[in-house]
Amino acid sequence: MTRTGSFYAQLAVTALIGAFLIVPVILSVVAGLTVNFFQGLKSGLTLRWIGEVWSLYSGTVYLSLLVAFACLGATLLLGVPAAYVLAKRQSRWTRLVEELLMLPVAVPGLATALALILLYGGFREFRTSWHFILVGHVLFTLPFMVRAVLAVLTSIDLATLEEGASSLGASFAQRFFGIVLPNCRSGILAGALMVVTLSIGEFNMTWMLHTPLTKTLPVGFADSYASMRIEIGSAYTIVFFFMIVPLLLLVQRFARLGALDRQ
Amino acid sequence: MSAQPGAVSIRLERCAKTFAGGTRALEPLDLAIAAGETIVLLGPSGCGKTTSLRLIAGLESPDPGGSVLFGDKDVTRLPIERRNVGMVFQSYALFPNLDVRGNVGYGLKVRGVAAAEREQRIDEMLAMMQIAPLAARRIDQLSGGQKQRVALARALAVQPRALLLDEPLTALDAKLRDQLRLEINALLRRLGITTVYVTHDQAEAMALGDRIAVMNRGSVVQIGTPRDIYRAPADRFVAEFIGTMNRLAGDVRDGVFLCPGGRLPWKGDAPTREVLFRPEDVAIVAPAEAELTGTVAAAIFLGDRTRLSISGVGAEPIIVEASGRQIFKLGDTVHLRIADGALLCL
Repeated sequence: MTRTGSFYAQLAVTALIGAFLIVPVILSVVAGLTVNFFQGLKSGLTLRWIGEVWSLYSGTVYLSLLVAFACLGATLLLGVPAAYVLAKRQSRWTRLVEELLMLPVAVPGLATALALILLYGGFREFRTSWHFILVGHVLFTLPFMVRAVLAVLTSIDLATLEEGASSLGASFAQRFFGIVLPNCRSGILAGALMVVTLSIGEFNMTWMLHTPLTKTLPVGFADSYASMRIEIGSAYTIVFFFMIVPLLLLVQRFARLGALDRQ
Repeated sequence: MSAQPGAVSIRLERCAKTFAGGTRALEPLDLAIAAGETIVLLGPSGCGKTTSLRLIAGLESPDPGGSVLFGDKDVTRLPIERRNVGMVFQSYALFPNLDVRGNVGYGLKVRGVAAAEREQRIDEMLAMMQIAPLAARRIDQLSGGQKQRVALARALAVQPRALLLDEPLTALDAKLRDQLRLEINALLRRLGITTVYVTHDQAEAMALGDRIAVMNRGSVVQIGTPRDIYRAPADRFVAEFIGTMNRLAGDVRDGVFLCPGGRLPWKGDAPTREVLFRPEDVAIVAPAEAELTGTVAAAIFLGDRTRLSISGVGAEPIIVEASGRQIFKLGDTVHLRIADGALLCL
């Protein structure tokens, strides 16, 4: 194959866009590893800043993980049955519910958080516990779970599969756990990874909902950028990458698997 | 045909079905199916045949006043999972999360049949449907015909009291459809299981049914053996839905039916303005023996025979079948004679 001028032009554009996206990431990572960012790499490399981030902010990492997995549990319990009902009963009303579910994604997180504070702020115990953040995260991530599961459920002939199972004597529970759930596994997995990823990275809403004792990772991150030296903030970025990149890779992988399943 | 010990008779009594929104899918229907009998519900789409099947299955319930009986037992309120029927769907409805073995054994598993007995029964079913080599396959690795065999094995594995098939062959290509039709026919004869078979394909209905119930617009129009339905259709809908029927308009005068193409002896007492007859009852004869004369408007060579469309006999062309060895050209004059007793008047 001979490569024409247009190939090289496209390569250049792709490389430029890639650089635009990747260079800041590399800079951040390097900044987090250099002894003194303003003196540059010649000041030497160190893991000291990462150590310092860990000693100052490890609590935010644990809280973020706790919130993310609690959020996953809640969206599984609420979202999968909701998607099932929405898939089974296609009507004007269920479509309305589907749209309403999407609202927390469309409305700015700050507005949702404010509404939560206005409504529940008076309940001191609740307001100051991490459950308050969890509620916000569930509101925000639920539509992603519902959509992912619903997409799979509407692509299989759910009604006939269930009729087939019940003709063979299966009760509702046997059908739901033996036929429905296994056949929307790819949607549940895709939704689950999406929920965990979004919850770990959520900042807008969490920034409003948090208290000094309930800081999640992104809130701690903002905190360190605002009040610490740049190297610590950058080291924080590295910690964040370590958590989020494997999740994103898994999301990609399962999205591909799901697409294969549906063929 | 002998009914198997577990086979059950099925009766629908005054079963009507009106869907939400007021669509009447089924007018009040009475239907009695003998134990071990194969009945085919035949009709165009929207005639109520699938609704009737779903009433028998328990996937729909009849409007108030209707009842479904299995033997002497009223099962109207029993949901499908407790009616013990085997069902085969047009789309097969096989479970993609289970392999062939898992699909065939599903009904036994949910009924809590012990593993050893279950495995043995699955093996029997796989052998009966000649799909043993496919046992470990995933559903998406099967062809349409293989899927249909798995669906049948799955439905029969639970030893249902009745087998209900909803257009099971419609999704298959013509050759496979013919082959599976023969196999299903042999299987149903051997098992002697009460079977309700829904189709819009009259050839399938003829081949499989002990009796055929022809349905139209939510009602059974005629019920009878395939021979009855074909030879003595109850009305023009049945006559024209099953096979090909020629119509010839004319007048009866002095014991003779007169039409543009000639004259036919008329033995019936009532005067009529139209007679019907099947293509295979028309013979091409020498001019001296002819009752009707027309010209070839179209000739379709089908190999074993040639299907001719003859104009000039009546207002519409009539369809006639000739041996495939004879050669016809457009515009040829043909002389026709209709077999004795073949004329129908509806």
